[in-house]
Amino acid sequence: MELTLWTYEGPPHVGAIRVAASMREVHLVLHAPQGDTYADLLFTMIEREGRRPPVTWTTFQARDLGSSTAEMVIETLKGACERYQPQVLLVAESCTGELIQDQPGALAKGAGLSAPVIPIEMAAYTRKENWGASETFYQLVRGLLAGQVPKPGEERAPRSPDQAPSVNLLGPTKLGFRCRDDVVEVRRLLESMGVRVNVVAPLDATPRDLLRIPEADANINLAPEVSDLTCEWLRRHFKQPTISTVPLGWGATRDFIAEVIETLGLDIDADAVGESRLPWYSRSVDSTYLTGKRVFIFADGTHALAAARMARDEMGFEVVGLGTYSRERARDVRALASEYGLEALITDDYLAVERAVTELQPELVLGTQMERHIAKRLGIPCAVISTPAHVQDYPARYSPQMGFEGTNVIFDTWVHPLIMGLEEHLLTMFRDDFEFNDDAVPSHLGGEGGGAQQTDNVTPMTPAEPGAVAWAVSAEKELRKIPFFVRGKARRNTEHFAQEQGLSVIDVETLYEAKAHFSR
Amino acid sequence: MSQVIARADADSMPSVTTERGERAVFCGLTSIIWLHRRIQDAFFLVVGSRTCAHLLQSAAGVMIFAEPRFATAILGERDLAGMADCHEELDRVVSELLERRPDIRRLFLVGSCPSEVIKLDLANAATRLQGVHENRLRISAFSGSGIETTFTQGEDQCLASMVPDLPAAPEESQRLMVVGTIADIIEDQFRRHFAQVGITDVDFFPAARADNLPSVGPGTRVILAQPYVSDTVSALVKRGAKLISAPYPLGIEGTLAWFQAAAAEWGHSPESVQEALAIPIARAQKSLVKARESLQGRTLHFLPDSQLELPLARFLRDECGMSLIEVATPFLDQTLMAEELKRLGSEVSIVEGSDLDSALARVRASRPDLTVCGMGIANPLEAEGLRTKWSIELIFTPIQGFDQVADLAGLFARPLTRERQLEVGSWS
Repeated sequence: MELTLWTYEGPPHVGAIRVAASMREVHLVLHAPQGDTYADLLFTMIEREGRRPPVTWTTFQARDLGSSTAEMVIETLKGACERYQPQVLLVAESCTGELIQDQPGALAKGAGLSAPVIPIEMAAYTRKENWGASETFYQLVRGLLAGQVPKPGEERAPRSPDQAPSVNLLGPTKLGFRCRDDVVEVRRLLESMGVRVNVVAPLDATPRDLLRIPEADANINLAPEVSDLTCEWLRRHFKQPTISTVPLGWGATRDFIAEVIETLGLDIDADAVGESRLPWYSRSVDSTYLTGKRVFIFADGTHALAAARMARDEMGFEVVGLGTYSRERARDVRALASEYGLEALITDDYLAVERAVTELQPELVLGTQMERHIAKRLGIPCAVISTPAHVQDYPARYSPQMGFEGTNVIFDTWVHPLIMGLEEHLLTMFRDDFEFNDDAVPSHLGGEGGGAQQTDNVTPMTPAEPGAVAWAVSAEKELRKIPFFVRGKARRNTEHFAQEQGLSVIDVETLYEAKAHFSR
Repeated sequence: MSQVIARADADSMPSVTTERGERAVFCGLTSIIWLHRRIQDAFFLVVGSRTCAHLLQSAAGVMIFAEPRFATAILGERDLAGMADCHEELDRVVSELLERRPDIRRLFLVGSCPSEVIKLDLANAATRLQGVHENRLRISAFSGSGIETTFTQGEDQCLASMVPDLPAAPEESQRLMVVGTIADIIEDQFRRHFAQVGITDVDFFPAARADNLPSVGPGTRVILAQPYVSDTVSALVKRGAKLISAPYPLGIEGTLAWFQAAAAEWGHSPESVQEALAIPIARAQKSLVKARESLQGRTLHFLPDSQLELPLARFLRDECGMSLIEVATPFLDQTLMAEELKRLGSEVSIVEGSDLDSALARVRASRPDLTVCGMGIANPLEAEGLRTKWSIELIFTPIQGFDQVADLAGLFARPLTRERQLEVGSWS
């Protein structure tokens, strides 16, 4: 039993719904009690889907238990087949369905349904949403392609010279982070390299499309949380190599291009494939103020890894915290964190993340919807880089994260919550003028993103410990002269310093002693 | 899957059809979202699965403005396989929780579908834990599971679980108890109105503080602010309380009749009530004019969701001039709805229960001007050119009483006003 306040991932059957809702001509029957249908609103409200997810629920109630739930499954399966006539019918259970052991998969196989059935075991009490999406996609691909698997020792026929090299884009789903636009961007990138996109799945694919997966020369593992397992199975059974670099960031996009060229044996100039404004924007003088900004990163595995590399190498930030809620990716994130001299935070307890942010006092938080709230409460600027995300992170405009255009979008997104370089400079110069007083916030953010007012109104989560150091009036006054966007850090550092030194009162001298101490 | 129930007094009452099939509704756990805001020193600990936790944060719109006063104790494989003793685990989780939140005065252990199916006895657990934390807080249990409760019924179970804790009232004293969660601002308005009509001994249940429990006894007169509290009413009646039959305080007519029904128990005439409340009534009538212009003559279909459907339908027809195509409700308690059924009359067709696909087929066939439905269905209907009002807003928004009449009508008028205003795309 585990005490949970908020959860980064839903249960595994929500992952199954994501795969079904991403595709066309697929229908999912879920054996689940009334109430589990709340999952519909994730799609129709958060992503503004204009259709209900293709799911029929048995919605059993207490009075059905023990007698008729198995019949309900069969009735629901038949009704769904008849009404929706899917090319494939997926069958799964939610957590409660799993407990009553009706085995809907077996019931479906014996029900003489008109559509082929693929049952999926959800392991609701050990697994989570991304695992559920991965498992569903894998079972679907395996179920459909099992008959086409070449015999052992059989080699892939070489591509005929008149045929363009081709790849599949695997992994993008509904409720993924910017998947809609990333697919467009990556497709554009590949086409500019003369590479044809054979199948995109699950997003917008039909089961018939999945049958064409083996025709491509390679698979691009675009969302490893969802497509890792499937790519690996295709590699083993169809000898399709996996292109595993995720083109998130300028360096990663260039690595991705190199990997595509290498894997497909293309004869093109990698440097000529495309360009991004990020390198110049990052080198331009206004960006100098980004140098060493302390950022905290927490996201799914893929986005956390990519953000860390971008933050350090492409934006010139200092990564002070790195973590993920994707336990499946814990090893990769740990490895990268240790390369950055950090200990990775692997957790799905948002309170642990909040503690880390509070302690580190970063100047920018890159996270999920959860971190957005944490940062808001602490008055720290934040950008959302990963699921779980809310309605504002499914924007109307084209805003991919991947490829070169993605790097442009990310540069803007990360810089926007911060104070512009010129503005920071002016604020420091004129901080004693009444127009630039302590309540000034970034001029383009009208109150959001970390003004003094918000910072000062934050109620600490834990009451002040006994023996906490006090601030002398003069020191408090001096502290107010420090620009508000670094004041939180200065206050914390000074208090730490005073505690270490065993001081009970902080005066002006302590403040500057601490400043010297921490700028070593 | 439907049958018409024959009724003795079929002439003057609506026809009721029952349907069985797929239900697109929240489970009772959703009630925690508004209950925890109403009862400000209570904590709700759901004993369930990741689905329960995910539902709560999805229904709450991932509103993490503070550490919430609800959480889920997620059952794991070890609990289910019997490798861990669920009760020992629960004790540990509760201790952990109380350590974090020393401010909590009442703890509800909330049963879920998985805890019901594995027959985890939370009432028993609550009694045991009460013994451990005797002088600290009250601990009780109720079920918000989807297999037992639909959406607002979670509140009913919660309130019913508190009834045994209510102190006994002295025999002779007559007091009024208003049952069902309402916003603080409505409580204040109602208190003023009750004083104006001559009733001063008024309690609200639930109150804003969990340890502020109203007393109950033969002198207690119960009037309902919300229609979904059947089990709570039964429990109160068992303790001697008397239920006042009234329509619900939605709309001017409903609110007036509600105050009149209560006042009658104190010997005040309907006319005296009308006179005492003349000012707010006149104000409400004035405020309603604008919204009524948008709603007059428009057709309306209720999909089953909150159990507020009947009184809302009555208000929108009688006071806003809308015409009712179908009024569906997840459950129909004939006793608690008696006054509403009488007012709706025989030409209204009521559906109890749900068969989602056939209900949607009827909506598509009749193409009402406005469909009231759950959040999951609203955008898909909009995409088909049908205007909707998602119903969870009706639970979160203060809509009862005279001074909220325009707000209530406005919730339904806004989608129609928007349709007229937008010069982009098409809804047809």
